Amino acid sequence: MYSKGLVPLGWATAVTLTAAMALVFFYAPLDADQGFVQKIFYVHVPMAIVALGGFIAGGVFAIRHLRSGDRSWDMRSYVAIHVSIILGCGVLVTGAIWAKASWGHWWVWDEPVLVSFLVVFLLYCVYYPLRFSIEDPDRQARYSSVFAITAGAFVPLNFIAVRLAEAYTHPRVLSQTGGSLPGDMRLTFLVALAGMALLFVTLWKLELTAKHASMQLKRLRNRARVAA
Amino acid sequence: MPALPLDEAGKYVAGAYVVFLALILVYVAIIGSKIARIGREIAELATEEDE
Repeated sequence: MYSKGLVPLGWATAVTLTAAMALVFFYAPLDADQGFVQKIFYVHVPMAIVALGGFIAGGVFAIRHLRSGDRSWDMRSYVAIHVSIILGCGVLVTGAIWAKASWGHWWVWDEPVLVSFLVVFLLYCVYYPLRFSIEDPDRQARYSSVFAITAGAFVPLNFIAVRLAEAYTHPRVLSQTGGSLPGDMRLTFLVALAGMALLFVTLWKLELTAKHASMQLKRLRNRARVAA
Repeated sequence: MPALPLDEAGKYVAGAYVVFLALILVYVAIIGSKIARIGREIAELATEEDE
């Protein structure tokens, strides 16, 4: 069911990410200010955008679950949040490496973009204890969906608040007027973003396939037990 | 802070990309092993049913 199209999707992800890496190291020019260290931008920022998009997608799937009562939407929501949390770990670690190389510190508490991402990440870390502290599957799915919707709504609000606070001090990478990235850097960034988005969908489908197979196995076992 | 020289900056850039690759590989390995285990258990179940 979920494994449909997984192999071509995996290949598309591998090709796009390889193309992105080639563009990062052989096409995109060195940044005049940060030099070679700026190459971290092409993995760190797309990963952050896709992770935040995954949290929002988790909220959208949760809405569909509450509207339809179909628990497969809750499973989609859970897996989207799970994959986003994993990407979020990557964002925090690569962000810390970039901060150390650029500013000389692993973490800077007065940088709103970093701290706001940490707040969102910690908020979603609460999802696991909430979800797994409820034994009844229907209640678990319902409560998790409510959390996913509330937290999902917080993600864009948080992003907008940071943008408003930083409107005059933080350089804009992408904006309605085109942002501050030169054309070759922007192309590299967009390919990296597309690769990361494809990676997210591939991992999401892969984990959903595993979860679905595990549930099918449980059902088969129960049937075999009843038959015996 | 001025831009780091290439040899020093390279370590940080390599570190960031290795973290990303390691994260994805570990995740795929865990999910892959889970799927393989489920496949084995299904095969066992099918064998039991045949017997």
